[in-house]
Amino acid sequence: MKLLSYILLLTFGILLIYAANKLPTRGHPDNPINRDTSLAGTPAASAHYIRNAEKEMHTPNVVTTILADYRGYDTLGETTVIFCAGIVVFLILRRQRDGSKV
Amino acid sequence: MIWQLELIIYLLLIASAIVALRAKDLLAAIVVLSVYSFGSAFLFAILGAVDVGFTEAVVGAGITGILFLAALYYTTRKSVD
Amino acid sequence: MVQRSDSIIVGIVSRFMVPLIQLFALYVIAHGHYSPGGGFQGGALLGASVLLLRLTVGEQPSNLVFHKKYGTPMSGFGVFIYAAVGVAAMIGGGVYLDYANLPIAGMEPAALRSLGILLVETGVGIGVMATMIAIFDDLAKGDFHD
Repeated sequence: MKLLSYILLLTFGILLIYAANKLPTRGHPDNPINRDTSLAGTPAASAHYIRNAEKEMHTPNVVTTILADYRGYDTLGETTVIFCAGIVVFLILRRQRDGSKV
Repeated sequence: MIWQLELIIYLLLIASAIVALRAKDLLAAIVVLSVYSFGSAFLFAILGAVDVGFTEAVVGAGITGILFLAALYYTTRKSVD
Repeated sequence: MVQRSDSIIVGIVSRFMVPLIQLFALYVIAHGHYSPGGGFQGGALLGASVLLLRLTVGEQPSNLVFHKKYGTPMSGFGVFIYAAVGVAAMIGGGVYLDYANLPIAGMEPAALRSLGILLVETGVGIGVMATMIAIFDDLAKGDFHD
């Protein structure tokens, strides 16, 4: 069984390395993520963000503009999820009011 | 691309993951897990995702380590397997 | 319960480092427009600094920095700031979370959107910081050092 697990692990590693070789080059301008139009022929969003972010909101950091402004709903949901995690831990594990140690 | 540096970090990641799994002392496992988080944060920064690397360094090495440490205070420090 | 390690070095170094960590966290939040970072990272750093005090100097002294009864209310307050900025944009005549319509007179839309990003990041930072501290306080019932 131990030999089988090692063989499976090795096979999976070789498969991942083979797949990683076929990935597009990092930061190449012809990548689908960096093109002006998407694969379906519609104008891509990322090119618009990179061109207009500083002009529209005086913020050089494009990551911040996308996180907080263009995708504001997304970050609001993220914050709500963190808040919900805190609330759930509070409801399950809170200290008892009458002083009895849990 | 500095592929030598990336290779060193990949080897460091693999080594720290194995050590974190194999360590008998769970406190050492937590510390090595923080080392793993810092290595992956460095790798993110090399790949150009500085924000993701920053988040990984803060959450993975800081908050997760502290929460594991708090869990360790209530359980035993030695691993049995 | 693990016995307290009465190390002077750990206490002194952590008390020395916590203000520096908090200053760096505020820098990360406020300078998020120009450098990597933002509300989440800065809030997590603030939370980690308070948790460092909780672990090293004990619960009573660290309650002076951030009292544990404020954890859960402050996390709700952070989310409230975010949502309130969106509602303020609605009051100004735009759609929800459209910072260009914030009701502040005499500012051009680009500067208003920059200001809106800063307000929102502040809300995220407060929420994340308070949630981290609240989760830790709920997990660690009682003082580590008793």
